[in-house]
Amino acid sequence: MDVLIERFHLFFDGFLLTLQVCVVAGVLALAFGIVAAVCRISPIPPLRWLGTAYVTVFRNVPLTVVLFFTVFGLPIIGNRAEFLKIHGLDRLFPRLTIDLPYFRLVCLGLAIYTGAFVCEALRSGVNAVASGQSEAARALGLTFIQNLRYVVLPQAWKAAIVPLGTVLVAMAKNSALAGFFGLVGDLSATMQTLVSQEGEPLIPVMIGISFWYLLMTIPASLVLDTVERRRKLA
Amino acid sequence: MRLTRAAAVGTVLALGLGMLAACGNDEPESGPPAASVTFPAGTTMAKLHDAQKITIGTKFDQPGFGLADLNGKPQGFDVEIGKIIASELGIPADNIDWVETPSAVREEYLETGRVDMVVATYTINDARKQRIDFAGPYYVAGQQIMTRADDNSINGPDDFRNGDKKVCSVTGSTPAANIVNYLKDQATQLVLFDTYDKCLDPLRNGDVDAVTTDNVILLGYVSQSPQDFKLVGSKFTVEPYGIGVKKGDDAFRSFVNDVLEKIFADGRYAKAWTDTAGKFDPTVPEAPKVDRYTSS
Amino acid sequence: MSRAEVDVELSLHTSRRRGRAPSASVLYDAPGPRARRTIWIGSALAAAVVLFLGWRFVYRPLEATGQFSLDLWGPFVDSSNNHCPGAVPHCFDQIWPRLGQGLLATLRAAGLAILASLVFGLALAGLRIQLKHLMTRRYRHLPAPLAWSARGLTVGLNGLTRVCVEVLRGMPVVITIFFVARGLPELGLPPQATMWYLVIGLTLYNAIVIAEVVRSGMEGLPKGQREAASSLGLSSTQTITLVLLPQAVRIMLPAIISQLVVVLKDTSLGFIISYNELLNIGKLAIQLLHNPLQMYFVIGLTYLAFNYALSRLADWTQRRLARGGV
Repeated sequence: MDVLIERFHLFFDGFLLTLQVCVVAGVLALAFGIVAAVCRISPIPPLRWLGTAYVTVFRNVPLTVVLFFTVFGLPIIGNRAEFLKIHGLDRLFPRLTIDLPYFRLVCLGLAIYTGAFVCEALRSGVNAVASGQSEAARALGLTFIQNLRYVVLPQAWKAAIVPLGTVLVAMAKNSALAGFFGLVGDLSATMQTLVSQEGEPLIPVMIGISFWYLLMTIPASLVLDTVERRRKLA
Repeated sequence: MRLTRAAAVGTVLALGLGMLAACGNDEPESGPPAASVTFPAGTTMAKLHDAQKITIGTKFDQPGFGLADLNGKPQGFDVEIGKIIASELGIPADNIDWVETPSAVREEYLETGRVDMVVATYTINDARKQRIDFAGPYYVAGQQIMTRADDNSINGPDDFRNGDKKVCSVTGSTPAANIVNYLKDQATQLVLFDTYDKCLDPLRNGDVDAVTTDNVILLGYVSQSPQDFKLVGSKFTVEPYGIGVKKGDDAFRSFVNDVLEKIFADGRYAKAWTDTAGKFDPTVPEAPKVDRYTSS
Repeated sequence: MSRAEVDVELSLHTSRRRGRAPSASVLYDAPGPRARRTIWIGSALAAAVVLFLGWRFVYRPLEATGQFSLDLWGPFVDSSNNHCPGAVPHCFDQIWPRLGQGLLATLRAAGLAILASLVFGLALAGLRIQLKHLMTRRYRHLPAPLAWSARGLTVGLNGLTRVCVEVLRGMPVVITIFFVARGLPELGLPPQATMWYLVIGLTLYNAIVIAEVVRSGMEGLPKGQREAASSLGLSSTQTITLVLLPQAVRIMLPAIISQLVVVLKDTSLGFIISYNELLNIGKLAIQLLHNPLQMYFVIGLTYLAFNYALSRLADWTQRRLARGGV
């Protein structure tokens, strides 16, 4: 059990790094998901096909393959996710602006993958709005954009919160894959180092790593369950 | 009716899965002829000889020492040494089960018994001797640095001290642990993957400026792409390669040491080298003296 | 999967069934001539923008770094072995059977994991519902200390299963597989059996999810079912296995099949324990063929094809069930 106390900073730093990955990837995923959702419900067929293609591809390809593409494939064609090098965020996300692209590439890969699920969560929120609302809006003569803006979206976002939350919790779990793709210091990379390289006893490391991951996922899941129960009763 | 249909589907599924589980592919492997020997009862050698099977861990990604071909079978100097030891145990090369042991898992696989021995560019050091035992050494390498062919800014490990050069290595390897001492800031300068070949493209693309590991491994990569890479500086550590065996198995360890001394003398060592790593480093290495230490 | 995730899956399957998002037909009127013209112009514009972006950010970088050359694609398409790297003279003849082996290994692990997840998932769902029913019993016919201990045991078991479920669901599957593969050999199990550790790791996660799906299905059934069963004299266990489970499974089948797609995708995590499934084999082959983008593309396409087929199966079952079949 000593490893938990002696190497506590390793666990905690790994937790912080994983948290950073989740935040950056989460924001990007929301952006991708919103764009894809708008594409899927728009009346313009090419945009609909694009949105459907994006969602179909990334719901059916494993995250490992996506990460292999972004972490190893993108640098080959010269793309190192430079657009993520936002210098204002240096204090919060120190690894965002360094030359080594792996933090940015892992976040990008995770975001592209999760974006497909965000799109589906948002679409289920839109579907949850009773169709009578839209029909009433059309009867009143509102255009597509007005319908979305004043009637559907204000009700849809409330229905979409729980599925969205679930998708983001799943993304936090998927971030564990980052440690296997060159991200030094992440929780799963720390786990590999401690168990395989340094031969620390398995059970304490297991408890230590699990604790930090469960800290991220269980409270969020419980909150989501409570919110959902309240909505069902309301 | 529904139950019988479900039962029928279930049986077909089970049969299908059983077939899949049973099928495998076995290709005859070439190797030295198996000696007919007997061993004292109770020793690992007797156990392996009677089972006529041995599991050897080696690298699958290092040209010249252990590189898997397209059928998944490794080839290289380490592989040849492993085959020779197996033949001395009376086990034909066909019955060797090769397992990929990336640097980070070699001790663990020996401790849990997943492999019987490890011949995988395995540097002997005291920290590892706490968990497993080493026979040998059978080769002495040294850590070195490989850079892009047109890059003249790095000539040794000290060039990393000012913090603007990036280096790639492998989790769990001694070179990785060594190079950390020369880095100013790990987070911005170090990249670790699970196998060395993943470092090659980042080096080519400029994402890292150097790859560091033992010189023979780097030689293999340089010989594969001489227009892209080159070795710089000189060896700055001494890395004796040993054969990993389970801790405390002194009988097996001295058996392997005996075999090593035999092949140093009778030419099989030299032949193993020229057949494999000798293709890019023709000088047959001088056989080191095996270290028969007493296990603590 | 919480109730929320189940609802998301069900709503998506229902909407897919109708061919396109129902909100699309509801959000705007059937287009008249002017709207049709606007849509036409918008489509042309959108297509032009998308094509331009695709050319600029996807095609041009690939072309510039020579990713379309036959040297890289040769091992996959050139049956005359003319474009193989020097070390591998028969690359085309060797690479496809090798990938086939990898695919078989993936399907093998996925098949076993799916079977185990279904079996354990259904059992766990039944167990949790049974425990919930037992919680309401008061054991009045037993002497007081026995009754108290029986109730305590039930509460304890209920809490224990709840904790196990939450923990296993909250851990990433990668970590679970890693711990299973490192921990079980220490207990004496054979270390060579990587496929079984992958299957066990996958089952630990997916059985829990399937159990939650089926459990929420069972709890969503009308109370009348349980009341009718008890009026017929069926015991608690019989009620669950004969009445509740079959109906819940039928309702939740699309969500269950979606989870099976997840299982198939997660077999690609086998590379962390060096199980020779499709992705790991691709990784090893890249060392010899030096064509990472092309290899991952082929592998990604394979996964896409299989998982898409599984998802279509989910839609087909949903449609057949809605018609009242099975």
